[in-house]
Amino acid sequence: MDYGQLENQPRSNNLVGENSSLSDVSAIQDYGIIGDCRAAALVSRHGSIDWLCWPRFDKASIFAALLDPERGGYWSISADSAQQIERQYLPESNVLQTKFSTSSSAATLTDLMPVIDESSTPLSMIADHEIIREVECTAGEIVIDFSFVPRAEYGLNSVHIRDAGKLGFRMEVGGGVYWLRSSVPLQLRGDAAYARISMKHGDSLRFSFSYAEEAPTVLPPLDKTIIAARVRATVEWWQQWAKRAQYDGPYRDEVVRSALALKLLSYAPSGAIIAAPTTSLPERIGSDLNWDYRYCWLRDASLTIRAMLGLGYWEEADDFMDWMLHATRVTQPELRVAYTVYGELAPRERVLDLAGYKGSRPVRIGNAARDQFQLDVYGEVIDAAAQYVFHGRELDRVMQKILIGFGNYVVKHWMLPDEGIWEPRTGREHHTHSRLLCWTALDRLISLHQQGMLSLLGTAQLDVYKQNSELIRREIQQRGWNQQLQSYVSVLDGDQLDASLLLLSWYGFEKAGSPRMQTTHRAIMESLATDGLLYRYRRDLPEGAFAICSFWEAEYLALGGGSLAQAHTLFRRLLTYRNELGLYGEEIDPRTGAALGNFPQGFTHVGLIGAALSIAEREKGEPQLAHREETATKRSSQEGAPA
Amino acid sequence: MNWESWLLSGLLATLALSTVLSLSQGIGLTRMNIPYLLGTMVTPDRQRAKLYGFVIHIVNGWLFSILYVWIFESQRLATWWFGMLIGLAQALFVLTVGMTLMPSFHPRMASEQHGPNASRQLEPPGFMALNYGFRTPVSVFIAHAAYGAILGAFYQLR
Repeated sequence: MDYGQLENQPRSNNLVGENSSLSDVSAIQDYGIIGDCRAAALVSRHGSIDWLCWPRFDKASIFAALLDPERGGYWSISADSAQQIERQYLPESNVLQTKFSTSSSAATLTDLMPVIDESSTPLSMIADHEIIREVECTAGEIVIDFSFVPRAEYGLNSVHIRDAGKLGFRMEVGGGVYWLRSSVPLQLRGDAAYARISMKHGDSLRFSFSYAEEAPTVLPPLDKTIIAARVRATVEWWQQWAKRAQYDGPYRDEVVRSALALKLLSYAPSGAIIAAPTTSLPERIGSDLNWDYRYCWLRDASLTIRAMLGLGYWEEADDFMDWMLHATRVTQPELRVAYTVYGELAPRERVLDLAGYKGSRPVRIGNAARDQFQLDVYGEVIDAAAQYVFHGRELDRVMQKILIGFGNYVVKHWMLPDEGIWEPRTGREHHTHSRLLCWTALDRLISLHQQGMLSLLGTAQLDVYKQNSELIRREIQQRGWNQQLQSYVSVLDGDQLDASLLLLSWYGFEKAGSPRMQTTHRAIMESLATDGLLYRYRRDLPEGAFAICSFWEAEYLALGGGSLAQAHTLFRRLLTYRNELGLYGEEIDPRTGAALGNFPQGFTHVGLIGAALSIAEREKGEPQLAHREETATKRSSQEGAPA
Repeated sequence: MNWESWLLSGLLATLALSTVLSLSQGIGLTRMNIPYLLGTMVTPDRQRAKLYGFVIHIVNGWLFSILYVWIFESQRLATWWFGMLIGLAQALFVLTVGMTLMPSFHPRMASEQHGPNASRQLEPPGFMALNYGFRTPVSVFIAHAAYGAILGAFYQLR
């Protein structure tokens, strides 16, 4: 290998410095994600890590070129001369490979955050937080450019890099320390490190970037065999996890990839699940629809657990139920919208002085939705708990009391206006979807009681639940229905539609094949469909199509709103909007197919899994999950609770 | 030597030392974690290392207080300020000599001369343990000053 002399070392794609511009940041769908269920990094198709927050998802970044190519910081390993770039995850893992090719040469970059089975006894020490990057020249000769430009606090502070000799490069930030280790010499210039390395077939480069703030860090050795063993161990860990997915339908690869993406959004130490690992990726390029999603929305997390349960991931469900118990303890029976991974209220929203993704400002951290009132959350949480039971798990007394507390809260508050599922900042209204989920909350509690799984619920209280459930049902049927439009509507007595109305069938309120749902579906298509996708609602300046809404439609069709063939057709078309790694953002630009919003988005992957499960159930002629409580319970009691 | 008094004051001083060091770590003053450093001498497992290290540290601190008591007896002086002076001297020794030598006797610590390898990966403390944060010496001085002061204040000369 030759280590060339560097003059000014610009980034080949995501430039930082005098040659950079806003357009240099990659398209959202051009990113891949690596993670260790504690934190995640976004890697561009050009080999640049443009987003990383350590030690956990919602901490300040060390690389944030995604939000400001000039100031954010990045870590790029790329082949300037590459004529072709291909990416893939190693099979059924979250280990990312990027292949750079020219006409006569090729190199493969492998990126991962190592993971190990915590129950196993480690034979050697393990860094708290680490990224391993390995480059192998697989053909001919190729030049690799290395640029390491860390910036603390979302790019607002520079980072002093100290050369610690054979230990590597050391960067102290606040109370923590970052270490960069390299198998080749790097040139320090200012607050950055660079190299240009000429590789020939068989050569390899290895890098480790780690972080510690609670104790002296572990400095991993970079011997080729050790790195190979660590990569292998991580791949095997993911593959073992993926193998547990209980899905035997026609979309196994896609379902497993979505499950792997969701797993990356879980925070292993607490069991929480965040909505997305990024902040302020815009819902419309250049707009101000930029939000911080690095927190745990009870709604999203509940839906995620439902998907995980559908795939047989019991441990994740157990962890989430434990987390929910802990996280909501302070506010019970009231639930907040978003929490941190440790159950604190999501921080107040503030704006950072960054350029924003392709100029989309402001860049926000924290989330103002924390102060919103969203009644649907109760239904989501209780439904997740019900699904948990329907899959053979049990509710202990504490859990029962908490659920009854939520039920009592719903009884007292269901008639109030709220901000609703789409979290508009325009005030409260009487949302049909919120009413639906209040009905769901009481319906599931009644159902649990009837099955003997909610023994602490007294008869008098049960009657109250039944009365209120009926009142809500009547109100939705009367005031949530617009006779003129022949459709359910977003707001009681209103005339606007939104895609969440498709969920009336999923929650068992109205059969998918009923005349009302058929005409509602038709009205939604007329009002919200665009190029085969669905907007969540109509607005004057349209954002992207909301990806999960189209999966809801596929699921609606699978539940009986259409034919199986229609569900398959729609599902397959939606698969074409994934990036080549199988990842989705929150929204899709209907004109270009580009991803919009925070990335990757758990909600969308939940939608994919839910639709795939419903299609598979329809194929097998099984009743849909929410309607088969008795069947599920009987089956579980025969088979015993899953281990 | 007053054994009963040593047992009590030695335990109190050791607990105070551990508390101050843990507090320093908790508030981000330093990443130095003595139980972790001691525990990793016997196991690579992080959680077990912290537990084993805590026990080793308590026993070690307790036994080490004999040296303080011996100085108190030999000088016939046991006061908080005299104990604190000894503590500050010990802290200086630990930071300059002890920390520098640690990679030589810690079986899992990397050295700045050779870098990490498969069996030695733990970040070395460096001079004055500054690798663990530039405020580390402050916490070490405060902790040992408290250790010595408590010993001096509570130990009853024979």
